[in-house]
Amino acid sequence: MYKYDDYDQQLVDERIEQFRDQVNRRLSGELSEEEFRPLRLMNGVYLQLHAYMLRVAIPYGTMNSAQMRQFAYIARNYDKGYGHFTTRQNIQFNWPKLVDLPDILTELSKVQMHAIQTSGNCIRNTTTDQYAGASFDELEDPRPWCEIIRQWSTMHPEFTYLPRKFKMAVTGAPNDRAAVAIHDIGLRIRRDEQGELGFEVMVGGGLGRTPMIGKTICEFLPKEDLLSYLEAILRVYNQFGRRDNKYKARIKILVHEIGAEKFAELVEKEWEEIRDSALHLPAEEIEEISAHFTPPPFDVLPALSSSFSEKVGQDEKFAYWVQNNVREHKQQGYAIVNISLKPIGGIPGDISHAQMDVVADLADQFSFGEIRSTHEQNLVLAHVKRDDLYAVWLKLDEYGLATPNSGLITDLIACPGLDYCALANSRSIPLAQRISERFGELDRQHEIGKVQVKISGCINACTHHHVGHIGILGVDKKGQEFYQITLGGRADENAKIGKIVGAGLSTDEVVDAVETLINTYLGLRESKEETFLDAFNRVGETPFKEALYGAR
Amino acid sequence: MALVKNNLVVKDSWVKVDDEGDLPAGDILVSLTRWTEDRDALLARKGQVGVCLKSDENPEQILQDLSFFQVIALEFPAFTDGRAYSYARLLRERHGYKDELRAVGNVLRDQVLLMHRCGFDAFEIKAPDEKALQIWLDAQKEMTTFYQPTGDGRKTVMSLRQRKRMARGAS
Amino acid sequence: MTKQVITANRLDDGLAVFFDTHANWSASITEAAVVEKGEEADTLLATASNADNQLIVVGPYLIDVDQQGGKITPVRYREQIRTLGPSVRPDLGYQAK
Ligand code: HEM
Ligand code: SF4
Repeated sequence: MYKYDDYDQQLVDERIEQFRDQVNRRLSGELSEEEFRPLRLMNGVYLQLHAYMLRVAIPYGTMNSAQMRQFAYIARNYDKGYGHFTTRQNIQFNWPKLVDLPDILTELSKVQMHAIQTSGNCIRNTTTDQYAGASFDELEDPRPWCEIIRQWSTMHPEFTYLPRKFKMAVTGAPNDRAAVAIHDIGLRIRRDEQGELGFEVMVGGGLGRTPMIGKTICEFLPKEDLLSYLEAILRVYNQFGRRDNKYKARIKILVHEIGAEKFAELVEKEWEEIRDSALHLPAEEIEEISAHFTPPPFDVLPALSSSFSEKVGQDEKFAYWVQNNVREHKQQGYAIVNISLKPIGGIPGDISHAQMDVVADLADQFSFGEIRSTHEQNLVLAHVKRDDLYAVWLKLDEYGLATPNSGLITDLIACPGLDYCALANSRSIPLAQRISERFGELDRQHEIGKVQVKISGCINACTHHHVGHIGILGVDKKGQEFYQITLGGRADENAKIGKIVGAGLSTDEVVDAVETLINTYLGLRESKEETFLDAFNRVGETPFKEALYGAR
Repeated sequence: MALVKNNLVVKDSWVKVDDEGDLPAGDILVSLTRWTEDRDALLARKGQVGVCLKSDENPEQILQDLSFFQVIALEFPAFTDGRAYSYARLLRERHGYKDELRAVGNVLRDQVLLMHRCGFDAFEIKAPDEKALQIWLDAQKEMTTFYQPTGDGRKTVMSLRQRKRMARGAS
Repeated sequence: MTKQVITANRLDDGLAVFFDTHANWSASITEAAVVEKGEEADTLLATASNADNQLIVVGPYLIDVDQQGGKITPVRYREQIRTLGPSVRPDLGYQAK
């Protein structure tokens, strides 16, 4: 895992003092709210319905046990005992006081964490594959590149007041678990014909009011040119992105309006000028940062573990969990553990301080002290010995963290919605809870198989509902909560925007509607292997539409 | 209006000129429109000339003329409009503009360090007193660690690391 | 006639507060000053938004309310949630007391 050196630490420390001063100036009236707002946002501080909210960056979703314990500490001492993991691999606290925030940030800095650029029209936290460094299908661990981007983008003097927020994601595996195609910039590590590793660069992905899939503007970018190329993209965007209308200000609109080819041309022209500048990455720098991400000291283990097989045979509940929440690891004898933050009927992504401490302990004991957050709002222990799975499961189960639903219908993704969010049209969480309860029975979930439901409380699309297999968008219809359903979206390497199936549904109708969709799928699928998405792609929307709204 | 320049508060001796009407004597600051329309007249007069660009006026349009200007003022209509950061870097780092680069408009202390990093060396301020100057100077020192190479000459983290590596290699 | 009250978030802790009849900010909507929509409401909002109040709260705005038997209830569901707390966590927010 990356460890700050003195420079990284100094920057964060200085930034906190800067923010402390800004808070004091706001409290004394020297700064107006209008002036203060962008400054607090750039330090992760929102104002929500009930209180301030702090969003802490978890760079590329990797944290250590000490950092997780610090979250628990903050939840206990400065908040109301819990935190919320987001689809951008970050964590949010819902009740901090403005006057405490500089101190909270100081506490975070003690474990090398910060909230810099977790909001505002700047370059945000770069996200990646939650299985980075552990999954067998990856070409290379993407995290050194995320860290290189993190440093370059932190307090970038030129790109701190962009037309709009800017999000990047990197995947090192062909199976894209980082949803790179729906980011402002998506990077996919790939090999060229000579076998060299580099990046495919996509730009202009994004959801919100005008959902768009990113377009490839560079098939293969040599690694050492990463920063100069990114700087070229950002410079074009900063100058030419629209600033007249905030709904048209994301880079996707610029790319769409001038066309990906023209955009690529502008970037190419700019890049030629700066390619050989100080942004060119020296091999030693790449090595030094990569050295932080070398694989942990794995034990040499046999392929089969008899104690593990035995437990699977003895304990059906454990076997279920293994089948669903445990993934194959690239290292023989190890496994990847998905920790579900989706108990049946629970609040997706929420975690109590006690649970945080337990996860930290388990990471220390069984996974080299390392934890991941996922864009599905879950957690991951990336390197657990198969022999240790039973012990891990027992502890997780005791703390309500072993719901065996990874990737199943109750593994719902939901934003805070109208229960917390000042921008929301309708509530997301209660709907997630009701769907979860409706399908809570385990056998039924298994029968249904893999399907992703994503619920956003407004068109900002914080849960990526457009690319959910089933997407649900909360809208406001004359003061009532209504929900609009999209079908067939996906966020993986074949990313696609889902289709709106019909008129909005009321709070009372929407859970039944989801059940109708699922039953329709079960009725028409060719085999158990055909997933909801596969079936939808085969038959199209009509049968689903008819089931929902009747044949018209 | 006063300016902070070279760590001092100085009186702004430049006169902003309207798009129409007579040209006064002395040093004047004109809009891009005036520059394009009255270029010859502006060059024929005594006294220095500077140009003031709005945030949607890309300096691309004056690249041929840079040598005529002793001041280029870039406007921040709101501090959230960040186009001029790019313009400033391009003027300084690519097109070799060496004279005064002035930040005008909604220029606040919380952005002044970023502006300085991008090449601005003069800043329009409202209250031209000693206190204002001190605040301005302090604001530029709030951060001392920088990741990005720009034309401002500040050492980047990457270059400092490189130096450490070399020192380690030498010992 | 539409009744309104003024709400905002308190600057130091962010909690939802209401402008009361003594021109102070109260955590309880029951103490809010109820005014008629229109001129009366706009005048009160101007006071609630003045420089002094900018040091106490953030973003004051008017909301429609129902007033029945001394009980003041916001019309919009969003505002009801602000007077109570998250509907999914009855143990948190004003509703918890
Ligand atoms: C509760 C406070 C939040 C606020 C005020 C907020 C606000 C917004 C806004 C305004 C946008 C749209 C930006 C645009 O398209 O220009 C957005 C996008 C986004 N938010 Fe949030 N958000 C919040 C919470 C969250 C949470 C909890 C998550 C994760 C679960 C999240 C993840 C995202 C993502 C991934 C996008 C990008 C969607 C896209 O590509 O267009 N946000 N958010
Ligand atoms: S989708 Fe809308 S309601 Fe949900 S968190 Fe984002 S901004 Fe808030």
